[in-house]
Amino acid sequence: MKNFNFKSPTNTKEAAKLYTGKATFLAGGMSLLPAMKLRLAAYSDLINIKKIKTLSGIKISSKSLRIGATTTHAEVAASKEVEKTISSLSKLADGIGDPQVRNRGTIGGSIANNDPAADYPSACLALNAIINTSKRKIPADKFFKGMFETDLKKGELIESVEFEVPEKSGYAKFPNPASRYAVVGVYVSKLKSGIRVAITGAAHSVFRSKELEEALTNNFSPSSIDNVKIGSKGLNSDIHASAEYRAHIIKVMAKKAVSSC
Amino acid sequence: MAKVSLKINGKEISQDVPDSVMLSDFLRDYLSLTGTHVGCDTSQCGACVVHLDGNSVKSCTALVADCNKSEIVTIEGLAKNGKMHPMQEAFKKHHGLQCGFCTPGMVMSAVDLLQKNKDPSEQQIRDWLEGNICRCTGYQGIVAAVKDASSKM
Amino acid sequence: MADLIGSKIERKEDRKFLTGKGRYTADINLPRQTYAYFVRSPHARAKITKVDHSKAMKAPGVIDVFTGDCVVKDKVGGLICGWKIVSQDGKDMKCPPHPVLAKDSVNFVGDHVAVVVAETLEQAKNAAELVNVSYKIQKAVIKTEEATSFENIHEGIDNNLSFDFLLGDKGKTNEAFSKADKIVKLDVVNNRLIPNAMEPRAAIGDYNASSDELTLYTASQNPHLDRLIMSAFNAVHPEHKFRIVAPDVGGGFGSKINVYAEDVVVAYASKKIGRPVKWVAERSESFMSDNHGRDHVTHAELALNSDSKIIGLKVDTIANLGAYSLVLAAVTPTYLYAPLLLGIYDIPTACCTVKGVYTNTAPTDAYRGAGRPEATYVIERIVTEAAKEIGMDQAEFRKKNFIKKFPHQQCLVHNIDSGNYDAHLDKAIELSDYKNFENRRSQSAKKGKLRGIGFSTYFEACGVAPSAVVMSIGAGVGLWESAEIRFNPTGNVSVFTGTHSHGQGHDTTFAQIVGDKLGVAIENIDIVHGDTDKGPFGMGTYGSRSLAVGGTAIVNACDKIIAKGKKVAAKMLEGKPEDIDFKGGEFILKNSNKKKTIGEVAFACYLPGTFGDVKSPLPEGVEPGLIETSFFDPSNFSFPSGSHICEVEIDKETGETKLVKYTVVDDFGTVINPLVVEGQVYGGVAQGVGQALYENAHYDESGQLTSASYMDYTMPRADNFPQIKIDYTCTPATSNPLGAKGCGEAGTIAAPAAVMNAVIDAVGTDVQMPATAEKVWKALKKNGSKKAAA
Repeated sequence: MKNFNFKSPTNTKEAAKLYTGKATFLAGGMSLLPAMKLRLAAYSDLINIKKIKTLSGIKISSKSLRIGATTTHAEVAASKEVEKTISSLSKLADGIGDPQVRNRGTIGGSIANNDPAADYPSACLALNAIINTSKRKIPADKFFKGMFETDLKKGELIESVEFEVPEKSGYAKFPNPASRYAVVGVYVSKLKSGIRVAITGAAHSVFRSKELEEALTNNFSPSSIDNVKIGSKGLNSDIHASAEYRAHIIKVMAKKAVSSC
Repeated sequence: MAKVSLKINGKEISQDVPDSVMLSDFLRDYLSLTGTHVGCDTSQCGACVVHLDGNSVKSCTALVADCNKSEIVTIEGLAKNGKMHPMQEAFKKHHGLQCGFCTPGMVMSAVDLLQKNKDPSEQQIRDWLEGNICRCTGYQGIVAAVKDASSKM
Repeated sequence: MADLIGSKIERKEDRKFLTGKGRYTADINLPRQTYAYFVRSPHARAKITKVDHSKAMKAPGVIDVFTGDCVVKDKVGGLICGWKIVSQDGKDMKCPPHPVLAKDSVNFVGDHVAVVVAETLEQAKNAAELVNVSYKIQKAVIKTEEATSFENIHEGIDNNLSFDFLLGDKGKTNEAFSKADKIVKLDVVNNRLIPNAMEPRAAIGDYNASSDELTLYTASQNPHLDRLIMSAFNAVHPEHKFRIVAPDVGGGFGSKINVYAEDVVVAYASKKIGRPVKWVAERSESFMSDNHGRDHVTHAELALNSDSKIIGLKVDTIANLGAYSLVLAAVTPTYLYAPLLLGIYDIPTACCTVKGVYTNTAPTDAYRGAGRPEATYVIERIVTEAAKEIGMDQAEFRKKNFIKKFPHQQCLVHNIDSGNYDAHLDKAIELSDYKNFENRRSQSAKKGKLRGIGFSTYFEACGVAPSAVVMSIGAGVGLWESAEIRFNPTGNVSVFTGTHSHGQGHDTTFAQIVGDKLGVAIENIDIVHGDTDKGPFGMGTYGSRSLAVGGTAIVNACDKIIAKGKKVAAKMLEGKPEDIDFKGGEFILKNSNKKKTIGEVAFACYLPGTFGDVKSPLPEGVEPGLIETSFFDPSNFSFPSGSHICEVEIDKETGETKLVKYTVVDDFGTVINPLVVEGQVYGGVAQGVGQALYENAHYDESGQLTSASYMDYTMPRADNFPQIKIDYTCTPATSNPLGAKGCGEAGTIAAPAAVMNAVIDAVGTDVQMPATAEKVWKALKKNGSKKAAA
């Protein structure tokens, strides 16, 4: 790997100050480090944010569940509070990568990377999350911009993700048999403000399905999905799945997600 | 350069290391602990799994600088006073290894499972091991070994 | 110690591997070592117009850069095809030049163009980015079935056709077909696979200018063969000054048989710079540049008479050799394939053609099973189809057509010495609870799942191989095996074998054989392999040959030790050699209670005289020492067989296939260590299941390998399998004294057909491998619309 400087600040102010040159923040590194090893990315400075205590941990209130950016997938999956408040989120965290990835990978890293097949972005969209950064609060609807692209500005650090606690929610993923990333992942939620359905893995970035949201608003049951038409236009076609197949799997996973609510 | 202080297999180690060195390379190239293997570029194969502060991690995707002040256990640190760990014994008994290349990572991963779940079902064992690829055994002996070790640990 | 044979003995080699003390090539670091990094072609097909390495030469840490021009100048030979076959028109197959560093053209993504040698790996890698190769990109041919109609990719090789092979009697076969009551037809694709041994290939060249000795550490299945090829063909270094060490090797599966460009280049580079040169493949390099396996497109027809008997078989196959012809590239889809198409059925006449074609893809070669999985897939699929078409139970149809009497001369090549095919099929049927399958099918249907069952009753030809036979059909070497037994003065034993263990457990199983023969505790027996400086020349490990051929050489060397021991014991016991019995490690004088242990006799062999209390003069004419060597050349192949029965459940909604039940009954002849054999079967089945359901090497139209990482190439993982049931029947082989048939490849040979027959049974129409969820879903959808239309 090309050489770089590793810096490990203990508070967010220091982190902001250290962010100079071609720097990036390092959390679990599960995507960043392999990309650097394969020379698909190069940075002069890696700012490790795992020593910043305020960025870690899980906090519950009656309306929301806040997860610190450096909280690992394993911590989320094992959290009794998360299980009690939004069990679909525990399930999602428990299905990311493999146990070793879950021990290192973090929620902040996952959404900052915005891999089109990552699980967490769908939870953020479906649970109307607010992404709290060092500079502002970004609603999930505005956060995910495109493939590996977010609304984050240079040097802007995700501090926590605040999920709205839903009345009901469910997540179903059809994993890529090789990487275990989502070929299609569907997150369904019933919030006070309405029904949300977020889909990951299927397109260049996570998105909400208007068609499914409408159908489920009329009747929140798996059968109401039967008559929804999901077009394959705009969906990914690759060696793992054609757009046509992804369109079909979106419906199958959506039904599964609703059934699990 | 980063100055790192680590406890590796119970031994305190303090050393200057370039910032970009991965834990797997540090173990192999700096400490000659070549039991930790590197089998892929993408953190998928699991041959490099070690324990970092009690949790199994893929050492090919952890910077050694990032492990400063941590405690690390590698495959070389499992046997005590020449006596193999019950998991190692179980792998031997159930023919849970053939070429031996994936074995260190597989064993370290399996030990972590039993730390977290003392009596896993067959399905739980299979699910837990999804991050460790073995080309030789078809996983049959491995799963049997983990099951057997769970009754002895 | 007779109970050593057939005992589930835990492996002797396990402790080192389990405690992190294995020593693989990448674990070796030598003083003054340098690092090599290869510049590879990013294009599937291109002319090289210029290689400019001037910038790289000036980069920090760079010691030297070698290109195609360098190896031409230094007369380093290209890579070879080691077993050349002849086309049906009598002409030799055509092999393009295959330089170790490309000079004029590149022919697949990953083709080796230059190498940078530097003080550190990082420096070598950085400098490699500065090597400027100018390419004139050409259109590439990727698909097997398109190769012959594409422009020539190699000069002088028309239609990209390396060979057009024929086996069998076309006339007789056509005649049989003309009399058939029923002809069953089938088109199958055998998907391209990437072997993926978990240890990436690695090599270290170490030239010693003082002694003019060159040592190459390399992850190889056959170090002696490597040395022979690299001396004789690549002209790297003379054989007697050249040592190849294949230390612990992390799996081979055929992918570590070849001498690769990287082996030759690091050896050459070390000579050029006078320092050790180390190269370890990154996984992406393994995906691109290890030999790939399979990749056939086949049409098959089976002729039946009115009595449901098979009367003829016709098969036409196109085999994709990739960009060049590797060591076993030609024999794998021909002699290792065509004769096996007959399966275990009594088929009176057959013919098979194979067109070997070049494309702009990674070269293919032997991959676990090599030819036999491809053949088994064809015959086991078409036999199943035939039973279905005539409405007969598939087990019954198979039994009706099984070979019943042995030895059996097949109509193509093989003379099968022994077997009992009804026995393993009956046992597998019983063990798999075949009779209640329909109940299980309905249970699955209640859960919304489609359940299917598939059979694969396979045989294979292994224990490779009788030298005279293989050399008469093009092999560049004989396939005998060597063993040397050194009974040491202190009573322990060093056994040198020309085979190589890279997971097969020879350290244990061979020790069991020697322990059984010589009556020595296996703790006191060391099996030595993988170093050309230690034991005699040997052919290595592949083709499930190590026990049947290498093990027999060991048995024969043991017999020589015993024969000499008897002479010495006779002198010590004051009797005649013919009156000495050897049993359980003791030489016993008949009709007396006088005996000497083999340890005492060995000691006497090394101290032939009087020394203090020791009085052990050797008999006249007997040389001191107790070391014996044996070279064994088998009289025939060995023919393991077995029955695999697989059940799958398919999710109707997603098309996802789950393996739910898998039963194996094998006939491997004599089994030395059931624990080790089970491991071979489990692992083999897993690889076969991988081919059937998951694995696929995929190139896009431009020739980029789009499945070049574990993110995109699906390796079977622990959660893909249920417990697999294994049992045995036994008809000993007659071609070797152990009665052993070989077990290393059987699982991979049988499993793809068993799994796919089950998938197709569940789906109701044809599906090609790998049966991914989407393919199955599409097949189900097509069925659904067909049914709706009907």
